[in-house]
Amino acid sequence: MSEQLQAPSPLIPIPRAPAPEIPPGASRREIEVSIDGKQVKAPEGATILDASRKLGIETPTLCFLETLTPVNVCRGCVVELEGSRALVPACSRKVEAGMVIHTDSERVRLSRRVVLEFLASSVDVSTAPQLQAYLKRYGARAEKFGPRAATVAQPPKIDNELYVRDYAKCILCYKCVEACGVDAQNTFAIGVAGRGFHAHIATEFEIPLTDSACVYCGNCIGACPTGALVGKIEYDMRKAGTWDESRQARTETICPYCGVGCELTVHSQNGQIVKVSSPLDHSVTQGNLCIKGRFGWQFMQPNK
Amino acid sequence: MDLHLTAEKASLEEQAAIDAALKKQESEGDGASPAVATDGHAASNGLPPRSKRHLLLPVLHAIQERMGWISPGALNYASLQLGLPPAEAHGVLSFYEMFSRKPQPRVVAHVCDDIACMTHGAGSLCAELERKLGHSGSPCLDGKAIWQRTSCLGLCERAPAALITAAGETPRERVIAPAQEESISSAVAEAVGGKLTEQIDVLDPKVSAPQAGQPQLRLLRRVGQADPASLEHYRRSGGYHALNKAFEWGPERVIREVIDSKLLGRGGAAFPAGKKWEAVHVQRDSNRPHYVVCNADESEPGTFKDRILMEGDPFAILEGMTIAAFAVGAKKGYIYIRGEYPFAAKQLEKAIRTACAQNLLGKNISGREFSFDIEIRRGAGAYICGEETALFNSIEGYRGEPRNKPPFPAQSGLFHQPTVVNNVETLVNVPEIILNGGAAYARIGTANSAGYRLFCVSGHVARPGIYEVSFGPTIRNVIEIAGGVGGTGRLQAVLLGGAAGSFVSPKELDTPLTFEGTRAIGATLGSGVVMLFDDSVDLKQILLRIAAFFRSETCGQCVPCRVGTTRQEELLQRLVQRKPLGSNEQESALLKEMAQAMRDASICGLGQTASGAILSAMDRWSLFS
Repeated sequence: MSEQLQAPSPLIPIPRAPAPEIPPGASRREIEVSIDGKQVKAPEGATILDASRKLGIETPTLCFLETLTPVNVCRGCVVELEGSRALVPACSRKVEAGMVIHTDSERVRLSRRVVLEFLASSVDVSTAPQLQAYLKRYGARAEKFGPRAATVAQPPKIDNELYVRDYAKCILCYKCVEACGVDAQNTFAIGVAGRGFHAHIATEFEIPLTDSACVYCGNCIGACPTGALVGKIEYDMRKAGTWDESRQARTETICPYCGVGCELTVHSQNGQIVKVSSPLDHSVTQGNLCIKGRFGWQFMQPNK
Repeated sequence: MDLHLTAEKASLEEQAAIDAALKKQESEGDGASPAVATDGHAASNGLPPRSKRHLLLPVLHAIQERMGWISPGALNYASLQLGLPPAEAHGVLSFYEMFSRKPQPRVVAHVCDDIACMTHGAGSLCAELERKLGHSGSPCLDGKAIWQRTSCLGLCERAPAALITAAGETPRERVIAPAQEESISSAVAEAVGGKLTEQIDVLDPKVSAPQAGQPQLRLLRRVGQADPASLEHYRRSGGYHALNKAFEWGPERVIREVIDSKLLGRGGAAFPAGKKWEAVHVQRDSNRPHYVVCNADESEPGTFKDRILMEGDPFAILEGMTIAAFAVGAKKGYIYIRGEYPFAAKQLEKAIRTACAQNLLGKNISGREFSFDIEIRRGAGAYICGEETALFNSIEGYRGEPRNKPPFPAQSGLFHQPTVVNNVETLVNVPEIILNGGAAYARIGTANSAGYRLFCVSGHVARPGIYEVSFGPTIRNVIEIAGGVGGTGRLQAVLLGGAAGSFVSPKELDTPLTFEGTRAIGATLGSGVVMLFDDSVDLKQILLRIAAFFRSETCGQCVPCRVGTTRQEELLQRLVQRKPLGSNEQESALLKEMAQAMRDASICGLGQTASGAILSAMDRWSLFS
């Protein structure tokens, strides 16, 4: 009975948050696991994906981005874990001592292939080179579901001068929502709405971005893996057939606006800036910028 | 974070509904209080320091029940009151079937066309409604009402079933089962005229629990025998003796007895209940609040046992939960009940109020140093919220999307705290275990399936209803207890475990309905569904309906389930319409491949089992050759 009294803490729910992480820099034990017959050590708290990368194993990932909380929804990274009934997502499953993992078994290859076929049969993957490479690697045939298979085809949403949302290309990886929300921008202009096959990314009541909380940082564009979110210039150039990445120069520089010191990668074609991004691994930006850094460069070039 | 809202304003009526809901939650529920101790950072804007996101679902219900739909203005006002970005609130709102984002008539008739109702004329009922009222989903009666087809309403023993909801200042809900076109039309007309009565929604134990009154019953012994609203009746029939005994024993012994009882969860996953309790109990010194959650989101097609327990013996659930809370050191419990069960929710609300008044809930229960409160949360039409981690997200005000496991609920459950989550029937077994001891309970039934079990017998059976047995009887025995095969009298197939279960053939009727017995034939007990189909039924249509069910109920979070359930239904449509891609054999191979990927790569049980029943039927009968 007396223990009951000691149960303290107010019963006020706390907001949803990831499980406690070992703070950076704190000492971690090394954990040994077996992946594809090879023993590998990884620090406690590392994921199967981290450990696989140590061995140079390439794992298909679509919804995973180093700078975002793993949502493990695309299921492209599933691996076989001995003792587990179903496959497990490598991007978020933490290593535990003694795990025996297979990343290229028949079960794994089948699930990865079918997942890719499901995506390619329902989504326009024409501007998703990474996804196309995975399709090839796993021998996926999207046409096997017939010509009448349901898709998410829809006209692109063009409601502002800076970027286009072409949701016919959306694989619902949740990255843009995370980048707009707690993982980067904390603006919460977009969320996942609807359910099932009709689940989609939307503002409240599908209002135009211009009426929403959007601050046009474009961090959602930076995270999008399929080209569903692109700058207006890129969108227009692709439509006109003039977008050519092989002829584009990338110039590393520092944003001139404020004192934060964000690193910019300026993409230019024919002497004109066509896009600005920031490297994911930059210590200041982690790939994120604000509206000025990403879109405010017109003063740099003469009017056409 | 500053909230950015559009210019739409809520009407006074909408504001009143939202304010009233928040006031109700804050007075009797768990509204986040401004007095919460913070970590030294005071809120600077005068607002409470924490989001009230966990009140989103009750607030959305309040708007829907008052207005019949949720307008942009109402969502703005709700977002402001809850400190929640409207895009997030909209994501939640659009997740649930029972909420409308478009102006909609205030009166809605939800008519079940799921598999159990299909065996009792739901097809012709819907056809008749289409003739009289127009197409499903289009307004009728001068735009004052609307009727729509819906998945299983959990009224399978009285199929075909309908649920009428009428929004307004005094929102009303009425169940009609069995339903005819006339009874639905007249109830809709009554509702449009503001005169819908609710008196019809009482439990008739003779119909729903045909064994009622028989002396051997334990789980059902009070159903139909004691007044479910009377705590006095409950106490007189042995109620709350178990709680007192638990108090004498102390938490550790309670948990040991429950472990010894070998009680396995009755919701479908069959996890040892005592192990769940133990895993939460051991964290009681961890300085984290613990929760007990009763999963009453009974939505598996063909399942209605929990509804009858809630309607017929609500105090037993409260007692089971209170014992669980005492054992694991929880001070707060939630009952998450599906939105389609208005009467069960009312019975439980009444029971909670009575128990609070008698100090059987609340502070210092029965004068002891143990406090426990229970709050009811109503779902809003989402099968997936029966998945325990989706249920937590739903209570917390997020989309009902399942979480990846691990971590399991015992480590990180509701509000990411240690949580025990048990099914209604599981909790009703708890007082039995405490009263007679775990070892005695374990001796009931078979070696690997201990205790009592409820079966939901429906479809073509002489006396559909809920039946209690001690584990051991075969499928044939249970059908006999329910009066034998109905319909044409010639049995074609039995569905065990619901849409997520599997079909068995008449040759397998001597299989014991135990965990091990069903496993041996590759089937599952699931939530206790035993649904019979006579030889007049076109099983292909039943499979198609199951595929449509999963297509509409998948949450859409992970790719294999979101796209797989759609591809599966498309494939079955092609087979039924005799337009296969290639040969039937090729289609069958494709289905098996998709099923394996869904089973292996989906996040939760929905995708993992979405092909099970369909494949089990195709294995047993050559339906498409």
